[in-house]
Amino acid sequence: MDDLTLSERLRQRGVSRRGFMKFCAATASMMALPPIMIPKVAAALEQARRPSVIWLSFQECTGCTESLTRSHAPTIEGLIFDHISLDYHHTLQAAAGDAAEHARDEAMKKNWGEYLLVVDGSIPLGENGNFSTIAGISNLEMLKEVAEGAAAIISVGTCAAFGGLPMANPNPTGAVSVSDIIKDKPIVNVPGCPPIPTVITGVLAHFLTFGRLPELDHLNRPKVFFGQNIHDRCYRRPFYERGQFAETFDDEGARKGWCLFKLGCKGPTTYNACATAKWNEGTSFPIEAGHGCIGCSEPNFWDAGGFYRALSLPHTNVGETILTAGAAGIAIGAAAAVLNRKRKSDAVDNRETITIKDLSKES
Amino acid sequence: MDANELLAWARGSGFDIALTIFVAGMLLRLLEVLALGNKPDLSAPRGSGPKGGVQTLLSRNLPRKAVFDREPLRIINGYVLHIGFFIVLFLYGPHIVLFESFLGFGWPGLPSGVIDAVGAITILSLIAALVFRLNNKVIRFISTKDDYVAWAVTLLPLLTGYLTYNHLVASYTMMLALHLLSVELLLVVAPFTKLTHMFSFAMARWYQGYQAGRRGVES
Repeated sequence: MDDLTLSERLRQRGVSRRGFMKFCAATASMMALPPIMIPKVAAALEQARRPSVIWLSFQECTGCTESLTRSHAPTIEGLIFDHISLDYHHTLQAAAGDAAEHARDEAMKKNWGEYLLVVDGSIPLGENGNFSTIAGISNLEMLKEVAEGAAAIISVGTCAAFGGLPMANPNPTGAVSVSDIIKDKPIVNVPGCPPIPTVITGVLAHFLTFGRLPELDHLNRPKVFFGQNIHDRCYRRPFYERGQFAETFDDEGARKGWCLFKLGCKGPTTYNACATAKWNEGTSFPIEAGHGCIGCSEPNFWDAGGFYRALSLPHTNVGETILTAGAAGIAIGAAAAVLNRKRKSDAVDNRETITIKDLSKES
Repeated sequence: MDANELLAWARGSGFDIALTIFVAGMLLRLLEVLALGNKPDLSAPRGSGPKGGVQTLLSRNLPRKAVFDREPLRIINGYVLHIGFFIVLFLYGPHIVLFESFLGFGWPGLPSGVIDAVGAITILSLIAALVFRLNNKVIRFISTKDDYVAWAVTLLPLLTGYLTYNHLVASYTMMLALHLLSVELLLVVAPFTKLTHMFSFAMARWYQGYQAGRRGVES
């Protein structure tokens, strides 16, 4: 752990007290805390020592890191991330080769049991895990080794959280999520493809503020960010309620900003903070840019039946099913009809003649 | 199985299986009836069969006065139930997309709020239908398990749809999955219960009207 507190470091970087308090207010409101908590957030963050963070990147596209760095340079969220001790991160660290791996070993030894482990990317189990290796060590082996001494694990991105794109059908590498392998550590999933930068930093801020991980939902996602679905917070919701839908991406409805449900928007089944926290420093989010939500923060979003297929539509070809079933129905119906007719004619053939004698009481 | 997986199944294999049973089962039932055939009617017709058929097809949409006067509420409730079900099924945007996907054309829907209200009314109307059934000694006596199963599988899609739209009981994803599964249950059960009347009503009316028309009597 570093000796300087976050507050001291921020001041060294020229961040004003006012700027710092604004950040604390934003963090408090993002975490749905009452205003009374802002000074507490500030006090906790000011006193926070830099926890060591080891960031492991496995089967991933670096989009999660890209997302984080997009908000980096000018924003205070970037700075707070700078003020944790990021001891190992392939993409961002200056060291390479042995020196890089040495930094990881060092950080682990020095902070055993206390460091935060951040993982992005899924872990391949196929071919003994050899589909993805770092410094000759398989992802599986490295994850197990580093996780052992971690205080907690943050799975950043849908790949680390749920398997994501590498796990999509037919999953050639046998990819799995972090929680499929590590069972004995607290794990926070911060899914998204990529996740919102402020959500990643928000989770870290929560850890720094309260010294524990935030409250999680059934998929281990922080409730404060993943508690509500996009549909409920969507500014296009009134058009859904009025039954006004864009039918194509360039029709009158699309130009008027009507609901994108019919174009396959997964907003109703996607839990994320896009519609409230937004992207690019609060500029907009995909639906605002005219494209439906693809549900990237949900498990198996890649195989959930197509990005452009409305949620109320089945995955399969309905017309084809009707025709096949229709043909089958006619065939079975015809067979049943023949059978029924045969039964009828058999009954006629086998009818026994009843005479008056049969009906008389004496017989 | 979590909500996402359940939804994926309900939108995939589940729907396919249910739709196959529904279409094949319905055709089987209707063909069986049609294939029974008529005995040739050798008598000279005293009126027009087709005219009687069309007439009955239309006239049975209206209640008979004698029946209506005896139980007006039950008859009105029947209308509310059927019309409500049609509105919710055919005039809700997300439902229209489904029909559009295999018909190739769509139609304008109603605002979701209106569908929500009609859905609630239809649910209440179904509950009222059950009350009427249980309160009427004769109807209760002639009711079989089939009637109660048909009632339940009709209620479930309405109820789950209402809960899904209003975000009640479970997450939207879970409720949507349950809604689709309840529709699939309805599709599977329909051909083998009195719910076949959704198609066979036309055949039955035509047949009766035709027979009556040919004999020159009122149907």
